[in-house]
Amino acid sequence: MKNSDIYILWWRQMKRYLRTRSRIIGAIGQPILFLLALGYGIGSVYKKAGQGNYIHFLVPGVITQTILFSGVFWGIQILFDKRFGFLKEMLVAPVSRLRILVGNALGGTTIALMQGIFVFLISLIFGFRPYSWPLLTVSFGIMAAMSLALTSFGAGIASMVEDFQGFQAINNFLIFPLFFLSSALYPLTSAPTVLRILTEINPLTYIVDGLRYTMIHQSHFGLGKDLIVLAATLVVCVGFAVNRFEHLEA
Amino acid sequence: MPEAIISAKNVVKKFGDLEAVAGINFEVKAGEIFAFLGPNGAGKSTTIKMLTTMLQPTSGELYLAGHDVTKQREEARQSFGIVFQDPALEEELTAYENMRFHAVLYKVLKTQQAKRIEELLKLVDLWERRDSLVRTYSGGMRRRLEIARGLLHHPKILFLDEPTLGLDVQTRNILWNYVEKLSKHEGMTIFFTTHYLDEAEEVAQRIAIIDHGSIIAEGSVKQLTKQTGTKSLEQAYLKLTGEAVRDDVSEDNNGLNVRSVMRNR
Repeated sequence: MKNSDIYILWWRQMKRYLRTRSRIIGAIGQPILFLLALGYGIGSVYKKAGQGNYIHFLVPGVITQTILFSGVFWGIQILFDKRFGFLKEMLVAPVSRLRILVGNALGGTTIALMQGIFVFLISLIFGFRPYSWPLLTVSFGIMAAMSLALTSFGAGIASMVEDFQGFQAINNFLIFPLFFLSSALYPLTSAPTVLRILTEINPLTYIVDGLRYTMIHQSHFGLGKDLIVLAATLVVCVGFAVNRFEHLEA
Repeated sequence: MPEAIISAKNVVKKFGDLEAVAGINFEVKAGEIFAFLGPNGAGKSTTIKMLTTMLQPTSGELYLAGHDVTKQREEARQSFGIVFQDPALEEELTAYENMRFHAVLYKVLKTQQAKRIEELLKLVDLWERRDSLVRTYSGGMRRRLEIARGLLHHPKILFLDEPTLGLDVQTRNILWNYVEKLSKHEGMTIFFTTHYLDEAEEVAQRIAIIDHGSIIAEGSVKQLTKQTGTKSLEQAYLKLTGEAVRDDVSEDNNGLNVRSVMRNR
C-alpha cells in the first residue's frame, strides 16, 4: 500500500483520541455550556433587542469554537510527542518529514471535524434548525477546511515552542483573543469601531460568517469573501506548518 | 577483515560558538559490539543523534551500512534500529499496536508483520501482555518492548543509548544476554553508550572514549588498560578523563511537570 505510512500515523491519532474519554467530554462539554449559559441566558435580552433567535446565531460560533480549540490542541500534540519522546520514533523512521506531518495533521483534522459535527448534532437537540439542509454540505466543507487550517496552525506552533509554558501563553494570548474577536458570540453590526476593526482583521471572523451564511442565511461579508479568506488562511497555515516542521530538531 | 559498517570522518558539530563534537574519526566493523563512552556533556549524545539522522553535522561525513547519513537519509534510517535514552513509546497504544505502528512506518511486508511481531514479543517475554496499554508497563518492560521494536525491521545496526539506565540488575542481565545473542547469531552490529563501565567491560569488543568533543582513546579493554597502565576499564577511564565532575546540560527535565499538564487538558 502506497500511503500506509500516512494511514498508520492517522490511525494512531484516532486510537489516542478514542482512548481518552475525558478529553472528548471536555472538548464537547465546553461548547455545550456556552450554548446553554449564553443561549438561554442572553437569548431573551437578544430577542428583546429585536435581533431574533440568539441560539440560531450562536450555533455557528460555538461550532467554530469547538473546531478552534480541538484543532489547535491536536496540532499541538506534536509538542507532547516531543516531550514524551515519541516524536523521535517518528522522525528516525524512513519516512519523509512531510508525510509524517500530513499523517498527524489529518488525524487532528478528523478529530476536530468530528467534534464540530457532534456539537452541531447536539445543537439540534437544543432546537437549532439549519436554514437549508442541502446548503449544510457547504457548512461541512467549511468546517473541514477550518479543521485542517487550525490543526496545521497548532502543529506549526508546536514545532516552534519548547515547553508547556509556551503552550499556555499561546492559549491565553492567541487562541482566546482569536475566539472572542471572531463575532462568534455577538453580531458585528452593533459593535463599537475599535472592536469591529479588530474583528475584521481576524480570519476566523470570516469563517464564522461563512458558517452563519450556510447555516442560518445571515451574513456580514457575503459568502464569496468568506470563502476567499478561508482559502487564504488554509494555504498560509499549511505552509507555516510544513516550514516549521521541516526545521524541527528532535 | 570485515568492512566498516559505521564510519565517521572528521565529524564536527557546532551549536553557535560551542563545539560539541570537534572532528571525530572512528569505524565500527560489521558484527562488532562497540561501546561509546564518555562523561556527561562530552559529545556522546550529539554523536548518536548525528549517526541516527536526528541532527545534521556541521561538517564531515558519516556512513551507515554504506549510506551517506546526510544524503541518503531514508536508506540510512532503514539500516538501523535504535533504543533511545528516554522511552519513546506511545503510552495510549498497546505493545502490539506500538509494534504494528513501527512495522508499517518501516515498510515491513504485510504478510510478515504478524509473524515478526509475535516472534519478537516472545523473544522479550511480552507476548502474554501484548494487549495491555504501554501506560501500564514498568520501566523494564518498556525497555524490552523498545528493543523488540528496534529489531522489527531486521536492522543491520542496533543503537542503544544508555539502555540500562534505571533498570534493576535482573533486567540488565537479561538485556545484555539478548544483545550478545543478537550479535552472535544474527551478526548484528551493536553500538551502545553507558555510564556503567562494568557493562562495557563485560560486553564490548571494542571501546571508544570521547571527551570534550574528541575521541581520546580507542581499543579493546585489554588495550586500554595496557595503554594507561591500569587494571580495570574503570581505572583506565578515570585516568583518561580525570576525576572532576562535569556539568550536564540536560534538555529533558526543564519546564513543567508535563504529566500534570496532560491530565488537565
